[in-house]
Amino acid sequence: MKVRVDEDKCCGFAACLSVAPKVFDIDSDQIAVVLVDGELPEDLHACAREAAEACPTDAILIEE
Amino acid sequence: MDVLIVGASVAGVATADTLRAQGLQGRIVLLDADPHLPYDKPPLSKQALKPGWEDSKGWLRPEAHYRDNGIELVLGRAARALDAERRVVTLDDGTALSADTVVLATGVRARRLPEPSMLPGVFTIRTWADSRALRDELARRPRLVIVGGGFIGAEVASVAAELGADVTIVEALQHPFQQLFGPEVAAALASRHTAHGVRLRCGQGVDRLEGDGRVERVVLTDGEVLDADVVLLGLGAQPATDWLRGSGVELADGVVCDQFGRTTRTGIYAAGDVAAWWNPVTGVHERIEHWTTAKEQGTAVAHTISGDERGVGKVPYFWSDQHGGRLQFLGTSEGHDRSEVVHGSLGSDEYVVLYSKAGRVIGALGLAAARHLMRYRLLVEQRARLAELEVAS
Repeated sequence: MKVRVDEDKCCGFAACLSVAPKVFDIDSDQIAVVLVDGELPEDLHACAREAAEACPTDAILIEE
Repeated sequence: MDVLIVGASVAGVATADTLRAQGLQGRIVLLDADPHLPYDKPPLSKQALKPGWEDSKGWLRPEAHYRDNGIELVLGRAARALDAERRVVTLDDGTALSADTVVLATGVRARRLPEPSMLPGVFTIRTWADSRALRDELARRPRLVIVGGGFIGAEVASVAAELGADVTIVEALQHPFQQLFGPEVAAALASRHTAHGVRLRCGQGVDRLEGDGRVERVVLTDGEVLDADVVLLGLGAQPATDWLRGSGVELADGVVCDQFGRTTRTGIYAAGDVAAWWNPVTGVHERIEHWTTAKEQGTAVAHTISGDERGVGKVPYFWSDQHGGRLQFLGTSEGHDRSEVVHGSLGSDEYVVLYSKAGRVIGALGLAAARHLMRYRLLVEQRARLAELEVAS
């Protein structure tokens, strides 16, 4: 699984950060960034999906 | 069951998608007066005004999405009348569309000045076409006068100043956002305009706009005259309900709904900026013009239609990008009797301000502080007691 953030959609709500702090951070522009390069380790899949679900602007894209 | 959704912005699209995701088998028709593929509105006063913006970035869904999900788009056709009894919507070309269920999601219309002032060169921002035309004007680095220093005004001022335009904001209050955020925060936000070269004329109204075939001057109520190549009106918006007058659906400030999005007529629902949903916490009907509220209500209406009363979350949220800083707000500041800075300082470019009423937290504002603001979400949702918070800290 790979995770991406659409910067133009992200509104910095930071729900992803509370749900999946190992996968996401917020940069100085208040836009979410993905902390993991490339393939996401299996133990983080569930929280990444939860973050995508919680995102108010659907800015998290998950590629399986 | 066939569903007709009037308005293809974020609320309407969320309703359509959620209905399909729930397995609705009938027709879903998404109608909008705007001829463009449904697009997202927040960028229109932000990124989309900058050169190089690609329209496809603003689409709510790619074109194929509607086809793949059996959502029929009827674009460039405005709804003119609703027969609530028979659930028939008549369009501007005389066509009538009928459905078992109708969702009203026509949004709002930008307030304008009286017609003699609406000269070429005078803009409001509500549609893709508005934003596109203003983008072309801003590329010429004009003298831009913005009437009204609210969110649209502040966002456009910020992009325009960045692009090299000469920008003046005319604001009726002592500072923009004074009523909403209180005098201290309003003064801090105003100083960010000044620091970025945007002039403010506060405590001033606009008497009229003048020009020979195109706007040239803004005449203020005290007689001062500002030269202008372009004028943007940021005077707020009104619910687009004209077409519903006489339909039998109750209207007040917007379409009156219960807390699940039902209007006063069976089989007719409303969501987004046009809708005034009952708020069980405050005990009044509230019309909220936030993107996230529109999306939540659009989703919730689909659930209500399917017999699952979910309603929406208790904490409204919005964001605004101004002078390279993202402003975010949770909850409400309405009726606040106290505000305090709980992170950073108002003199800096990063802070969080907590708003309270009668000793309970009702809202939180953050500038460039998403990570810190996040921690207050639960307190706002629970309307936490300020006293307990102070003990805890």
